[in-house]
Amino acid sequence: MANYTDELVDFDVALEKYDPVLGFEVHVELNTKTKMFSDAPNAFGDAPNTNVTPVDLGLPGVLPTVNKTAVEYSILIGLALNCQIAEKCGFARKNYFYPDTPKNFQTSQYDDPIAHDGYLDIELEDGEVFRVEIERAHMEEDAGKLTHMGGAAGRIQGADYSLVDYNRAGVPLVEIVTKPIVGAGKRAPELARAYVAAIREIVKNLGVSDAKMERGNVRCDANVSLMPKGAEKFGTRTETKNVNSLRAVEHAVRFEIERHAAVLESGQSILQETRHWHEDTRSTTSGRPKSDADDYRYFPEPDLVPIVTTAEWIEELRARLPEPPSERRKRLKAEWGYADKEFRDVVNAGVLDEIEATIAAGASAAVARKWWMGEIARLAKAADKEIAALGVTPQTIVELDSLINAKKINDKIARQVLEYVLAGEGTPSEIVEKRSLAVVNDEGALGKAVDDAIAAMPDVVEKIKGGKLQAIGALMGPVMKATRGQADAGRVREIVMEKLGL
Amino acid sequence: MSELIHLSASELATKLHSGEVTSVQAVQAHLDRIAEVDGAINAFLHVNAEEALAVAAEVDAIRAAGGEAAQALHPLAGVPIAIKDLIVTKGQPTTAASKMLEGWMSPYDATVIEKIRAAKLPMLGKTNLDEFAMGSSTEHSAFGVTRNPWDLNRIPGGSGGGSAAAVAAFEAPLALGTDTGGSIRQPGAVTGTVGVKPTYGAVSRYGAIAMASSLDQIGPVSRTVLDSALLQELIGGHDPKDSTSLPNSLEGLVAAAVEGTAGDLTGVRVGIIKELQGEGYEPGVQARFEESLELLKSAGAEIVQVSCPNFKYALGAYYLIMPSEVSSNLAKFDGVRYGNRVLPQEGPMTIERVMGATRAAGFGDEVKRRIILGTYALSAGYYDAYYGSAQKVRTLIQRDFDAAFEAADVLISPTAPTVAFELGSKTDDPLAMYLNDVATIPANLAGVPGITVPGGLSEGLPVGIQFLAPAYEDKRLYKVGAALETLLEQRSGHSFISQAPSIDAATIGQKG
Amino acid sequence: MSAISREDLVHLARLAHIEMGDAELDKMTGELGVIVDAIASVSEVASSDIPATSHPIPLNNVFREDVVGQTLSIDEVLLNAPDSDSDRFKVPAILDGE
Ligand SMILES: [Mg+2]
Ligand SMILES: [Zn+2]
Repeated sequence: MANYTDELVDFDVALEKYDPVLGFEVHVELNTKTKMFSDAPNAFGDAPNTNVTPVDLGLPGVLPTVNKTAVEYSILIGLALNCQIAEKCGFARKNYFYPDTPKNFQTSQYDDPIAHDGYLDIELEDGEVFRVEIERAHMEEDAGKLTHMGGAAGRIQGADYSLVDYNRAGVPLVEIVTKPIVGAGKRAPELARAYVAAIREIVKNLGVSDAKMERGNVRCDANVSLMPKGAEKFGTRTETKNVNSLRAVEHAVRFEIERHAAVLESGQSILQETRHWHEDTRSTTSGRPKSDADDYRYFPEPDLVPIVTTAEWIEELRARLPEPPSERRKRLKAEWGYADKEFRDVVNAGVLDEIEATIAAGASAAVARKWWMGEIARLAKAADKEIAALGVTPQTIVELDSLINAKKINDKIARQVLEYVLAGEGTPSEIVEKRSLAVVNDEGALGKAVDDAIAAMPDVVEKIKGGKLQAIGALMGPVMKATRGQADAGRVREIVMEKLGL
Repeated sequence: MSELIHLSASELATKLHSGEVTSVQAVQAHLDRIAEVDGAINAFLHVNAEEALAVAAEVDAIRAAGGEAAQALHPLAGVPIAIKDLIVTKGQPTTAASKMLEGWMSPYDATVIEKIRAAKLPMLGKTNLDEFAMGSSTEHSAFGVTRNPWDLNRIPGGSGGGSAAAVAAFEAPLALGTDTGGSIRQPGAVTGTVGVKPTYGAVSRYGAIAMASSLDQIGPVSRTVLDSALLQELIGGHDPKDSTSLPNSLEGLVAAAVEGTAGDLTGVRVGIIKELQGEGYEPGVQARFEESLELLKSAGAEIVQVSCPNFKYALGAYYLIMPSEVSSNLAKFDGVRYGNRVLPQEGPMTIERVMGATRAAGFGDEVKRRIILGTYALSAGYYDAYYGSAQKVRTLIQRDFDAAFEAADVLISPTAPTVAFELGSKTDDPLAMYLNDVATIPANLAGVPGITVPGGLSEGLPVGIQFLAPAYEDKRLYKVGAALETLLEQRSGHSFISQAPSIDAATIGQKG
Repeated sequence: MSAISREDLVHLARLAHIEMGDAELDKMTGELGVIVDAIASVSEVASSDIPATSHPIPLNNVFREDVVGQTLSIDEVLLNAPDSDSDRFKVPAILDGE
C-alpha cells in the first residue's frame, strides 16, 4: 500500500503541528419488541436463525412493513439530540452485496433522514463543555451475524468459510451522524469517548435502547483526519469501523491521529479507506479502500410509503422525553451540595443513578457518596467489575448507615458486613446478628481492656499525659485486639481520657 | 364431460351450487384437458392434481352435508384456478420460470393464495411466464415457450402467457396473472381472453415475486368480464403485509359487470387516446378498434377525443424505472439462502465469485439485460438524468390521465399494436419486443386500472380492446368491458371464445 | 447522454454480481446502447419544476404495531439452503485465501 507505514508520531508532537477533525457515525440498536420491517422478535442471544420470518430471510415475494414504535423511538432520539424532525421522509434502498444482508440491499434513509441538524453539548471530565453538531439521525436495519470459520481466531482473514445467522438481520437501528468536529485539539480522544458515552447515556435514559456496547447495541465508526494547524481545508479521512467500547473509541482516535501524523510527516498522503480496530494490539489496520464499488445506487424504497410527522405527533412524543442527562446532572449537583470535583468524580465513576437511589432510600448525600465512591468502588475495582454491576442495593447502604449511627457497628465492621452481604449471607442486620459483630459497648469489658492497655504501655501513657493526645491511637490496637475489633473507637478514646483524668 | 371445461367460472359456480356438477368432476375435466393439450401448449410448469382434487372433494363434501358450512362457502368455491408461477405457494414449487429457483419450495403462501385457499378454489397448478415476468412473449421462460392456442406457432403474449393460454385453451376457467407493464392485458389481447390490472394497491402484492415494486399488480385472467370481477373481488382488499395496499376494498365490481351486460352505456363518456392508435398499430387491429367504438356509440356511449402528450415518454420512463427496481429486487438471488448455487469454474472460491457465477448461470439473457440496465440507470452520475427524470415523467403521465379523466369516464385504446406474432420473430430485437407494451405501460406508471376484452379477430387472431379508468374506479372497467363483450356477442350471435380453433390430437400433430 | 461503453459494462456487471464472458459483454454492449438511446428522451421533458413520483398511489404513515408474530421453524429456514451447518447458512470465504 502506497502510504503504509508502521511508524507513529508521538501524540503531543502530532498535535503541535496538526489539528484533528473528527466525525462519528454511531449506530444505536433500538430495543423494540419486533424488528424494523418484520414482526420477528428483536432479541439477543437466541439460537441462530430462530428469530426470522420470510421477510428477514429476504425470501422471494416478501414485503417490508414499518414498526411504528421504532419510528417513534427514532423521533425521540432526534428530539433528545435537539434535531429538527422531518415533516416528511421516506426509506431508501442502499444496494450492495454481502452475505449477512438478506436482500443484498439495506433499507435505510438517504436524502431525507427523520431527524437532522441538531447538537449535543458534551461535558468533558474537567467540566469543559464542547458542542458537537449533529448532521442527521436516520432509521435503518441491522445485518445478520457472520461467524468466520477455519482461520485464526474467528477472523475474516484466512477463514475457510463463514456461517450466517439472520437473527439480527432487520433489528432497528438509528444511525447518528455528526458534522465534522473541529477544534478539539489535544482533547480529541477524550471528546470522542465522552461523545459516545453521552449518546449511550441519552438512548439509555430515553429507554429506547439497552445501550450495551459489549452487545453491540451502540457501535461507533470514528472518522479522523488531520490538517496542518491553521489550515481550513480538511485532510483525507479514514473511517475506523465498529469501535465497540468507550475505551476503544478513545484509543482508536488517538492511534489514528498518531498514525496520520506519521504518514503525513513521511511526505506521503493518507488513503481514504476504512480501518479495522484491534483491541489486542490497540491499533488499526487497513480495511477496504473507498472505491467505485461503493456505488450504493440509492433510490426511494418502492415497497414503503412516506412518513409524515404532524406537529401534534411530535409534541406528544416530546412530552414523553425524560429530563436530559446534562440538566439532571446540574439539578442533582445542586441538590446534593457536592463540590465540583466530588460531583465530577461521581459522574465519571458512573454511579449517579445509584447515589440518587440511595439518597431516595433515606441516606444523606454525604453518606451515599462515601459508600459508592469509597468501599463499593474499591470492591468493584478488586473484582474488575463496573461499580453498578456489583449488585449493592440502596437498602443495604441505608441499613449499614443506620447500624453505624446506632453505634451497633463501627465503620470497619460495616465494611466487613458489606462483603458478607455481597457473598449472599443476608441483610446487614441479619449478618451482624448471626456473626455477633455488634460493637462492644459493655462499659465493664471496655474498661477492663483499657485498664489492661494502660498497664501494659506506661511510656505511651506518659506521652498522653504530657499532652500528645494522638498517642491514644497506640492504645487502640491492644483494646481492639481484646474486643476482637468490635469496640467503638470514639468510646474507647473517651474512656482513656476519663481514666487518665484528662 | 368436456362441456364442463367450456363453462365460464360463473356458469360452473352455478352448476356446482345447484349440485348438477361436483367440483371433483370439474377439476378432473380440467386435469384431463391439461393432460390432452398441455404437451403442445406448455401453459403449466407444475400440475397440482392431487391437492386440487382433495380441495374439490372437500368442497363437495361440505356442499353435500348442507347447513351453515355449505351456506358459508364462497360463490367460487370448487371452481378450479391456475396460478402464475410468479406467485408463491406452499406445497407447490415456485420458479418464476427461472433456473435460479428451479425446485424452490416456498415456506409461506402469498396473500392472494391464502384468500384462494380460504375460498376453497382448487389450484390446478402453476403457469409459465417469461423469466421473472420479464418479456412480452413467454419465450424468455427457462422451461420452454408457451404456445398460443389460436395458432401454436405464435406467442401467447407475456409475461403471463401461461395463464392466458391456459384459460384460452380451456385448461382452466380462471387464472391469476401479474401486470407490471401489461403482462396480464397483452397476453389477454393476443389469446382472446379477459385480463385486468387492478388499481395499484387494490390487490396485495405480498407473495408475488417482485419485478418492479412500484408497477407490479396481481390481477384476474378469465374468459368473461364477469369472471374477472368475481375473482378480483375475491383476491382484493387491504393487506397489512403490503404497505402499498389500499386501505379499503374496492366494492361493486361484480355488480358493475352485471350492469354492463345490459349493454346500455347511456351517458358514459369514452375517451379515445389520440396517442395510442394509428401509426404502429396494424390495420386489422385498428379496424376492430373502430368497430368497437361504433358498438359503444350504438349503446349510448359518448365518444370523445383526449390527448395524452406525455405518453410518448412512457416507454422510456418505464424502461428506466422497471429495470432500476429489477436490479435491486433481484439482488437477493445470490445462492446464499436459497436458489441454485453455482461455483465458479476457475479462480478463487470467494462468496463474491460464487454469487457472480450463480447469477450468471441462474439468470437468462433478458433478466441480465434488465439488471444491468437498471444498475446503470441508478449508478452515481446517471441517477438524475435517468431514474430521476423517469420519475418526473411519471408525474407528467399522471397529469395527462387526470386531464383525460376530466373529459372522459373511461379511456379506450387497442391493448396491443399487433396480433400475436410468430414465435422467434422478435427474440433477437429487445427493443421491438418492448414496443408491444406501448399501450399498456402508461396505466402501470400512473397506478390506474386497465382491462382487456376481446374485440374481434384479425387474420383469424384475437384483437384486444383496452379500457382504462381512474384510480379506485375499477368498477367502470367492469361495466364498459361487460357491455362491449355483450354487444359483440349480440352482433355475432356467439361468444367470442367459441371461435377459438379446437385443439385436439390432430391439430397438435400438425402444428405442435 | 452517452451510450454504455464496454468498460462501463464490465463495471456494471461487477456491481450487479453477474460474471460475464467476453462474447456476452460484446453482445450486451451493443444491445444496451440501442436501448439507452431509445429511452434517453425522458430527460427532454423532465424539467426541474416537475416533482418526482415514486409511488403511483400516494399513501402516508402505514405502520405496523410492535407486536411479535409467527417466525419460521429452523427446518423451514434451511429448507432451501444451498449449504448449511447445523442451524446456520454456510457460505464460502469472504476474502480470497491468499
Ligand atoms: Mg454509515
Ligand atoms: Zn448505517
